[in-house]
Amino acid sequence: MNKTIYISLLFIFLLFLQVFILNNILYLGYVNPYLYIAFVFLYPLRENRFPFLILSFLLGLFVDFFSNSGGVHAFSIVLIAYFRIYLIHSIFKKNTQDYQLFNLRLESFGNVFNYITILTILHHFILFTLINFSFQNFTHVILNTLLSSVFTLILFFLGNYIFSPKQQ
Amino acid sequence: MQQLIYFFQKYKYFLFFLLLEFIAFALIINNNSFHKSKFVSSTNGITGGLLDTSSEISDYFNLETQNQVLVEENIRLKNLLEQLQVSSDSILETTIIDSTKYNQHFTNINAKITANQYHKANNFLTINRGTKHGITTEMAVINGKGIIGITENVGNGHSRIQSLLNRHSKINARFKNSNYFGTLEWDGKDYNTVQLKDIPRQAVSKIGDTIITGGMSTIFPEGILIGTIINIPEKHTASNTLDVKLFNDMSNLNQVYVVKNLHKKELQNLSNE
Repeated sequence: MNKTIYISLLFIFLLFLQVFILNNILYLGYVNPYLYIAFVFLYPLRENRFPFLILSFLLGLFVDFFSNSGGVHAFSIVLIAYFRIYLIHSIFKKNTQDYQLFNLRLESFGNVFNYITILTILHHFILFTLINFSFQNFTHVILNTLLSSVFTLILFFLGNYIFSPKQQ
Repeated sequence: MQQLIYFFQKYKYFLFFLLLEFIAFALIINNNSFHKSKFVSSTNGITGGLLDTSSEISDYFNLETQNQVLVEENIRLKNLLEQLQVSSDSILETTIIDSTKYNQHFTNINAKITANQYHKANNFLTINRGTKHGITTEMAVINGKGIIGITENVGNGHSRIQSLLNRHSKINARFKNSNYFGTLEWDGKDYNTVQLKDIPRQAVSKIGDTIITGGMSTIFPEGILIGTIINIPEKHTASNTLDVKLFNDMSNLNQVYVVKNLHKKELQNLSNE
């Protein structure tokens, strides 16, 4: 599939999935998955990172528009979008030459799991800290981070499993 | 100069990253201050319209509870009307001024909530009414069961409401059975419980007392229901905080009224002088 169409469809799908369905889940009143960060995991690796950073920022900003939250989603998704490349370098041991052929499905599950989990927890922690915007209720922030991370991770891996092409 | 260009070349991603984070952070700061027009909010045409459509669909799932709420409100208003008739009966000699005609103080505009939040520390709601329906900032938003919030950012067809469940919300409230008043705030923990602070020490309170709005601000009318006391601290502290359980289920709201204070300008002029 053409990469540009793939990216724009992914962008719109994740945005609408997040703001119209996932933002209304609120299991137990506050546990909520933030699956739109899958954009960061699924965006193909490129030498030029400007489009990736801009698109991540815009995705976060649109989620903010719908949930009235200033720029908290934009801030946290740009953060993980920027640090993604360093994690790929350290976890998967990839160089600039490998970017074109890099695919999460071809990597071992352990590495992929570490990579996704670190980024998710980082994102959720920053997100909930900024939503809280004070040092009160910090236990609440930690609890929210852990529970929502688990929720997001389960959804991501389930979605990844369901939408993956059939094994030959 | 060469070195400067080299520096930019080397750190271009990092500098761009810092720029984006800076923009996002400025938006967060902007969002956390009350008296400012907000750039990122759901009151603009596109997000407002999409949220309208989405709430139209999801509304069908709780028609029954909303009916129940409206019936309860009707019963309450009918009871009030009965009381009023009784009291006007007993004082037949005095002239009864038709206050709705000559000295109307508040008027209501109906609205529907299209987006609701209750799980953050600073929550906002979106309603499908804006400047073209006569909404301005700092108007009270209530429903049959109690108070909900204050309009804060008004677009053309939609407005954003700062929920009662927002750490910046401070609402004047008092006991129903006495005139001692305090400030209603929220500590950000449980969306069914808010805190009543700065109650005078001599105020006698017990669990189950009803809390209503105090009417000392130009926003809320007096006597709108809020909730009942569920917890009283054993010792008196400086802030003297009581826990109040809301009558409203803030996670399940639909039809609301926006209260317009017709005397607002007059009252503000008085307090400025």
